[in-house]
Amino acid sequence: MEPIIRIENVSMCFNLSSEKHESLKEYFLAMVQGRLHYDEFYALKNVSLDIMPGDFYGLVGLNGSGKSTLLKTIAGVYKPTRGKVTVRGTIAPLIELGAGFDMDLTARENIYLNGTVLGFSPKYLDEKFDEIVEFSELQNFLDVPLKNYSSGMVARIGFAIATITKPQILIADEVLSVGDFLFQQKCEKRMQELMAGGTTVILVSHSIEQIERMCSKVAWLSHGVLKMNGDTKTVCEAYKAVQRGQA
Amino acid sequence: MSAVAKLRGMVLAFWRYRYLLYNLVSRDFKLKYRRSVLGVVWSVLNPLLMCLVYWAVFSSLMDMRGSGIDNFPVFLMCGQLLFNFFNEATSSGMSSVLSAAPLLKKVYIPKYIFPLEKCCFAMVNCLFSFVALLLVMVFTGSPFHWTVLQAVYPLATLFFFSMGVSLFLAASTVFFRDIMHIWSVFITALLYFSAIFYDPAQMTFNIGGFNMQQIIALNPIYWYITGFRRAVMWGQGLDLRMFEVCGACAILSMAVGVTVFRKTQDRFVLHI
Repeated sequence: MEPIIRIENVSMCFNLSSEKHESLKEYFLAMVQGRLHYDEFYALKNVSLDIMPGDFYGLVGLNGSGKSTLLKTIAGVYKPTRGKVTVRGTIAPLIELGAGFDMDLTARENIYLNGTVLGFSPKYLDEKFDEIVEFSELQNFLDVPLKNYSSGMVARIGFAIATITKPQILIADEVLSVGDFLFQQKCEKRMQELMAGGTTVILVSHSIEQIERMCSKVAWLSHGVLKMNGDTKTVCEAYKAVQRGQA
Repeated sequence: MSAVAKLRGMVLAFWRYRYLLYNLVSRDFKLKYRRSVLGVVWSVLNPLLMCLVYWAVFSSLMDMRGSGIDNFPVFLMCGQLLFNFFNEATSSGMSSVLSAAPLLKKVYIPKYIFPLEKCCFAMVNCLFSFVALLLVMVFTGSPFHWTVLQAVYPLATLFFFSMGVSLFLAASTVFFRDIMHIWSVFITALLYFSAIFYDPAQMTFNIGGFNMQQIIALNPIYWYITGFRRAVMWGQGLDLRMFEVCGACAILSMAVGVTVFRKTQDRFVLHI
């Protein structure tokens, strides 16, 4: 079987210049003085990973280990500095819920805006509108501008829109940490339903219990390097052992 | 990948995001008039009032250029509407990628959607303001000509010209924020060289050995405005040279804009 996501020797380099040259004068000054060599920082170093259709992949690692960067290269937000990412299928990115929301618009308007950001047609959104509203449980706030919403309410709408279709790949970055526990349960349930229907899920979470409970495979990133990759139990045990050692 | 397959991929990608384009334009439109009592009426009222100001300034207060021109209000309005379109499209297009930063950092969207959207929005506004032009024409008893249909050509080519400029500006602004400050100065200078409230034929003096008319003829905006005036006001229709200049400027601008944008777009997300 072909992997649905193939990550081959991907490196992602950022310029860690404390001062980005945001004006021409600075730029030319820096060029003349030969300061244009930025400090380079590799958020990902030579990462290779194959993800098979139907996998429920967890990504673990400390802050700054490159988890989000990896997700963003998969989602096509970043183009890798070196290496190649091949994705075969539609992606529903839940990188940060509510990307593409305009805070001045109402929830109703945002459902359509965000839906089209994800590539749905207005007709499709018309059909699914009630379902989205029902899932987010925000019937009474539909015509309120989003800026008056709490972050949990925004997250509900975002999750409801992104998972309304059956994407082939769902990328979820720390999204389950917002919202109350009831909603978290609901989200978990929805994700498991999707997976039962054949969706490949990649989940980033700092809650190791959640990873252990939900994922079938886990990849462990440390300082941009893929440290370990395999079935949930082995990787999580090793990860927890190192964490205990450091604590 | 062959060029044909590439092009096909691009068209398909664009087709997939056509609703997004529509929704972004409608968002801008909604937000522009939200909480204003008159709402959309401002789209018509604004150019009317602006025209009134220009008319008052240039025909009475300063009384210099307006006097020799037939139907000065319509003359003024034609120039002003087209220039406004160019100004709005390029100025908002310029910062469009920057202001879409929250979106571009989280989901993949073709990046040219944002300058394109701003140009479309400017065009929508421009079309609304044609109602104002119509009102002024009726009010001043200006005759209607069949050549008005030809006005589509300068409008369409101006759209692509502005689109090219927007793409170029949007890409360069990501790397150098200076462009924003310079551009507003440049636009003001351009305003005075676009023959909006004077006829270049009235300009008889020279600058550095060049006739003023020759200098103004270097400005593409002047050509678009004149083409539009010929079709709408004077009933003359476009001559061949006008077709050529308008078309060539649009193609050149698009070529430069698209090339620069494509070359740099992968690095946008690291700088916004």
